[in-house]
Amino acid sequence: MSLTLSPSPVLASILEAIGHTPLVRLRLPGVPQRVELWGKCEWFNPGGSVKDRAALSIVEEGERRGALRPGRTIIDSSSGNTAVGLALVGRAKGYPVELVMPRSVGEERLRLCRAYGARIVFTDALSGSDGAIVKAREMVSAEPDRYFYADQYRNPANVLAHYRTTGPEIWDQTGGRVTHFVGGLGTSGTVVGVSRFLRERNPRVRVVAAEPDHALHGLEGLKHMASALVPEIYDPQAHDEKLAVVTEDAYAVCEETLRADGLLVGHSAGAALWAAREVARTLGSGTVVALLPDGGERYLSARETSRGGRGGPQGPPSSESERGIHSRASA
Amino acid sequence: MAVKVQIPAPLRSLTGGQSEVEVDASDVSGLIDRLDSRHRGLKERLCDADGNLRSYVRIFVNDEDVRFLKEKATPLKTGDTVAIVPAIAGGRG
Repeated sequence: MSLTLSPSPVLASILEAIGHTPLVRLRLPGVPQRVELWGKCEWFNPGGSVKDRAALSIVEEGERRGALRPGRTIIDSSSGNTAVGLALVGRAKGYPVELVMPRSVGEERLRLCRAYGARIVFTDALSGSDGAIVKAREMVSAEPDRYFYADQYRNPANVLAHYRTTGPEIWDQTGGRVTHFVGGLGTSGTVVGVSRFLRERNPRVRVVAAEPDHALHGLEGLKHMASALVPEIYDPQAHDEKLAVVTEDAYAVCEETLRADGLLVGHSAGAALWAAREVARTLGSGTVVALLPDGGERYLSARETSRGGRGGPQGPPSSESERGIHSRASA
Repeated sequence: MAVKVQIPAPLRSLTGGQSEVEVDASDVSGLIDRLDSRHRGLKERLCDADGNLRSYVRIFVNDEDVRFLKEKATPLKTGDTVAIVPAIAGGRG
């Protein structure tokens, strides 16, 4: 391996840096020799996650339709990454952004959103992301002329982002050799959009969705569909198979890929990789692509916590702000 | 010791939809056992095979994270409020 000089992009706006993420060959233990496992590294997006794609697509579709125009405020509920994506896109385009989040949102994402200048509205941690969805809908109903509601769970522009960019990138980067695509289910936009594109190109491509094994889980960004408010953009036909991932198994794969590949990935990426390896194990040969939504730097406080001073998974929190569930004020 | 326990949405399928239940317990460990005897399966969701709280589950006693107190040995008294909170923001019950 050597350092090679490839053309460096020259861009008119940071928003043009969204997409075109690297596809990296992985050497995760347990994958059969004749199966190629690749990771689509979405933390290379400027906002640090796959959600930049949906955020940009939703905002630009809104502008095209006239629903988003100067003077309006972008609003959505998000457990984190979409919030950062919208905060970034809103800031770059000059729109105010308001984000509705459960009080349990990760520190790193919260700080990022504030750094981009977004206003945060907190909802009850006990109600999770669905509680934030309900609150965002109430706010939009109360002042419909003030807001542009991004509505990532219902907005077809979310799916379109992946149909137009993520899917074609995977197709091109594998030279059309992709046999399996594996992605986690959250809003489901990634799986639905990528699936539609890849199946158009090759109907034999198998699409596998990963979801948490239970409603109570530790996989940020993923939804347990059977118990969640099911996103309207979700199409159960988009995947051939759905695998239930145990949270601790996903965390363990994050450590494995760090050791084997030098990749520091987020927990939902761990879930996708766990599922991708399960798929790979059933194959004699193939090209499996796993979508890795974000990097592990967004989970460092949780990571430190889980390796905390008392050595066990229940070690002490790493920051003072984690102490109380009611201690955060709206900003 | 009668203690109020706030149940997060993802676990309400185990409590018959109740968002708050009341149990008698003198510490967090006992509380989890009492909850499990009334709502079978709850302990498995909160604790791993070794009995430790799962890393993505937070338990607060009167707004104080038990990891700052005595973890599962944190004592409880009548009138305390205990909240079980998923450590992540996503998902629902």
